[in-house]
Amino acid sequence: MINLLLFPIIIPFFFAMILLFFKEQVIVQRVLTLIGLALSLVASLWLIATVKTEGIQTVTLGSWPAPFGITMVSDMFSAMLVTTTISITFFVVLYSFSSIGVERERFFYYPAILFMITGINGAFTTGDIFNMFVFFEVLLIASYLLIVLGGEKRQLRESIKYILINVISSAIFVITVAYLYSIIGTLNMADISVKIAEINQPGIISVIAILFLIVFGIKGAIFPLYFWLPNSYAAPPIPVLALFGALLTKVGVYAITRTYTLFFVHDIGFTHQFLMILSLLTIIAGCIGALAYFDVKQIIIYNIIIAVGVILFGVAQMNTAGLEGAIFYLIHDMLIKGALFVLIGIIIYVTGTSNLREMGGLIKTHATLGWMYLIAAFGLAGIPPLSGFIGKVLITKGAFEADHIIGSIIILASSLVVLLSVIRIFIYAFWGPQKNELPARDKGVYRQMMVPAIMLVVVTVAYGVGAEWLMPYMTDAADVLADPSIYINAVLKE
Amino acid sequence: MKKNDVILQTVTKIVFFIILTFGVELFLAGHNSPGGGFIGGLVLSSAFVLLYLVYDIETVHRGTPFDFKRVAALGVLLAVGTGMLSIVFGEPFLTQTTWLVDLPVFGETELGTMTIFEAGVALTVLGVVVTIILGISEDVE
Repeated sequence: MINLLLFPIIIPFFFAMILLFFKEQVIVQRVLTLIGLALSLVASLWLIATVKTEGIQTVTLGSWPAPFGITMVSDMFSAMLVTTTISITFFVVLYSFSSIGVERERFFYYPAILFMITGINGAFTTGDIFNMFVFFEVLLIASYLLIVLGGEKRQLRESIKYILINVISSAIFVITVAYLYSIIGTLNMADISVKIAEINQPGIISVIAILFLIVFGIKGAIFPLYFWLPNSYAAPPIPVLALFGALLTKVGVYAITRTYTLFFVHDIGFTHQFLMILSLLTIIAGCIGALAYFDVKQIIIYNIIIAVGVILFGVAQMNTAGLEGAIFYLIHDMLIKGALFVLIGIIIYVTGTSNLREMGGLIKTHATLGWMYLIAAFGLAGIPPLSGFIGKVLITKGAFEADHIIGSIIILASSLVVLLSVIRIFIYAFWGPQKNELPARDKGVYRQMMVPAIMLVVVTVAYGVGAEWLMPYMTDAADVLADPSIYINAVLKE
Repeated sequence: MKKNDVILQTVTKIVFFIILTFGVELFLAGHNSPGGGFIGGLVLSSAFVLLYLVYDIETVHRGTPFDFKRVAALGVLLAVGTGMLSIVFGEPFLTQTTWLVDLPVFGETELGTMTIFEAGVALTVLGVVVTIILGISEDVE
C-alpha cells in the first residue's frame, strides 16, 4: 500500500468536499464528519504500525523520481503527530455537537474543521518546503473561517488582526523559501539537507535559518512574536479555541523542529543557541501571562505559550534525551490542551462567566467536572505518573547533559508556575462558597459535553501511564531527528 | 425618461458565447501552450459576471439553475478524484496517464487524465469567483 501515508490527509479532505453538498442537513454533516474522522484515525494508526515495522514511508506524487516531484514523508514523528491531531479533532467534534450551536453548524463549520485537519496533517507529512507552505495556507484559510464564523463583534475585530499577522508571516515564508531556493536550487527537504551539508552552512544559510525561525515563530507563538495569540484565541467559541490551542501552534513548533534538525545543523553554536534563548524568554513571558489573569481562557492560552517554549528548549539541546523529551512533551501538550480547553468550556457553560472572581463552590454541584479538571491540571504541570512528567524529565535531562543549568532550572520553575496558574482555577471555581446563582442549564447537554472531556482526560492519563510502552516509538522518532541521514536515505533512496 | 439598456443586453447575448468559447479554448490549450484550468475558469466566470452585470440576479438564476457553491465543490471532487483513481490502480497519488485515441472529427488526439484534473480546477475557480461576486452583491439588507 504505497499511498498509505496519504490517507490521513485525503480522507478528511474527501469528507470535507462531500459535506459541502449537505449544507442544511446538520445531522448528515455530524454523522459524516464522525465517520470521516474515524476512518482517518484507523488509517493513521495503521500508518504508525507500518512505520514501526518497515521504517520511514515515502511516496513521491505522480511517480516522479525523488528530488523532482513532491515527496510526502512519514517518519515516526510525523505519524504520531498526525494520529494525535485526528484523535483530538474527533473528541472536539463530539464536544461541538452539544456546544457550537446549529447556526454555526449550518455554515460550513464541519467542512472547515476537516479542511483544517487536511492542512495540519499535510504540513506534518510533507517532504517539500514549498508544499509545506501550501499546507500552511490550507490550514490557515480554514482557520480564518473558523475564527470569524458566527460574526460576533469581538470575533470580527480579532480575525482582522489574526489574518493580517498570518498574511505577513506567509509572505515572509515565501520570501525565505525564495532565498533558500536561490542559494540551494532545490525545494525537496532531504535534498536541501544534502546541499546545505555540501556547502557547510555559510553565513547566508544561518540568516535563512533565523528567517525560518521568525516565520514559524509567528505561527507557533514564540517570544517576541506571540503578541497576536492571546486575544485572537479568546475570540472564537470554545471548540474552535480547543482545536486552535491544541493543533495550530504545534504545526509551527513541528516546522521549527524539522528545519532545525534536518537543515541547519552545521552552526549549532549560533542557530540553536538563539533558539534556546528565545524559548526560555517564551517560557518566562508565558508564565507572567498565566499568573496575571483572572480569566480562565487567558490562563490556559498563556499555558500554550509556556509549552511552546518548553518544547523548543528541548529541541535546542540537539541530544537524544532533549529531542525525545520534546517529542513526548509535544504530543502530551496537544492532548492536554485539548482536554483543558474542553473542560474550561464546560466550566464556562455551567457558570455562565469566564471570570474567576465570580465563580465558586462548583465541587458541590459538579463533582465529576472538578476531579476531571484536577487530573488534567496535574497532568499539565507534570506530576508523575501523569502525561506531562516524562517529557519534562527528559528535556531537563537533556539540558543537564548539555550543561545548560540555568535553562533547566527555568524549565523546572516554570512547572511550578504552571501548576499554580491552573490550580488557581481549581481553587477559585470549585472550592469555597457559591458566589453567584448558577444559570439554569440543561443536564442532558452537560452530560453530552462531559463525555468527550472524560475520554480526552482518560487518553492523557493513559499516555502518561503507558509511557514505558510508548518509549520505543519515541526513540524511533528521536533517532530520525538526531540523525538526518536516516531521513535523507529514506527519501533519496541512495 | 425610462432607462433602456437594449444595446448592452443585445451585445451581451453575443459576447457571452464568445467569452465562453474563449474560456474553453484556453482551458483545452493549457497542456502545450499558455492557458489551463485556472485561467480558463477565470474567463468562464467573467462571462457569468457580465451576465449578472447586465441582467438582474433573478433572471440569470432562471437561466442557470445551479448553486455555484456546489459547482466549486464538484470541481474539487473531480480534481481529487483523478488522484484517487491512481490510488485504486496502486500507483502513487496523482499519477497521470495519457492515451492516443482516434477521434472521428479531430483525428489522432492525446487524451489524458490531466484534463480531468484541470477541469476540476476550472470548475472550482468558476464556482468560487461567482460565489464571491454573488456574496458581495446579495449582502445588502
